[in-house]
Amino acid sequence: MHIAEGFLPSPWWYLWFIFTLPVLAYGLARMRTLVEKNPEIKVLLALAGAFAFVLSALKIPSVTGSCSHPTGTGLAVVLFGPAITSLLASIVLLFQALLLAHGGLTTWGANVASMGIVGPAIGYAVWKLSSKLSTRVRVFLTASVADLATYVVTSLQLALAFPAREGGVLKSFEIFMGIFALTQVPLAIIEGVLTVIVFRYILELKGDVLVKLGLIKKSTAGGVRP
Amino acid sequence: MRLGTVVFLLMLLLPITLAEEPEPWSGADALAEQKIVEITGGEYEPWFSPIWEPPSGEIETFLFSVQAAVGALVIGYFVGYFRGVKEGRRRTEAR
Repeated sequence: MHIAEGFLPSPWWYLWFIFTLPVLAYGLARMRTLVEKNPEIKVLLALAGAFAFVLSALKIPSVTGSCSHPTGTGLAVVLFGPAITSLLASIVLLFQALLLAHGGLTTWGANVASMGIVGPAIGYAVWKLSSKLSTRVRVFLTASVADLATYVVTSLQLALAFPAREGGVLKSFEIFMGIFALTQVPLAIIEGVLTVIVFRYILELKGDVLVKLGLIKKSTAGGVRP
Repeated sequence: MRLGTVVFLLMLLLPITLAEEPEPWSGADALAEQKIVEITGGEYEPWFSPIWEPPSGEIETFLFSVQAAVGALVIGYFVGYFRGVKEGRRRTEAR
């Protein structure tokens, strides 16, 4: 899902910066208020960031015969919502652009938009809409959908920047989806399962903080003491 | 979490055995770059190149593993810490 350095022509690269920067500023403001209110949340921020760090470093083979990587944003989406997720994703993407030549500085805006903002926002919508299901299923769906949506957005970004000579943006979108969509399905499932596992650890050990965040009701925070 | 573990392993191992034709297992990101070149009829030249690139594939792999290791270390540290705090509290209360 990383669009490589220099692979988005004008005006697309800076349009995505214009889209991304205000969201990052908003995320920063939200993070500040959240940490001021509950300083214990810092550890969960570190956990969610570390989770994205691990998962986005793993290039996993998939059914199509190519490799791709999960995004690792699902945990942050469930815990903090898309605005703060965008911040964590932006740090991961900056690290990869600078030290791994993976993604790029000029395409950083577009990559943050897909992995940090739109993908997580769609995942968050799933989280909100699925409130009747069990927490475990909700976490799984949120993480998987955020992962898949990220790659749909990347395909769209590339299609907009590189419309096919015949068939235009739609044809290009089809081509890029052909690369990413099927490849990503098993990875999205892996990402969903891993997110549930880590979320259950947090639920078991730090349930009190989740109650404070308003994510779960006191009665469901198993074994939590005040 | 047994079901989750089974699904996880299946998703990890099935692709390698099921992939229809022998493919080079290249990265999807790199495939997208090739497609861009194809769509534009080979005209597209990236207008900016990375300011620093890992000098070899080995070093790139090394840096990727460092990324994963650092993340896993942080997760492991905190999960272990939380668990220790909980256990300590349980022991004090049991006394």
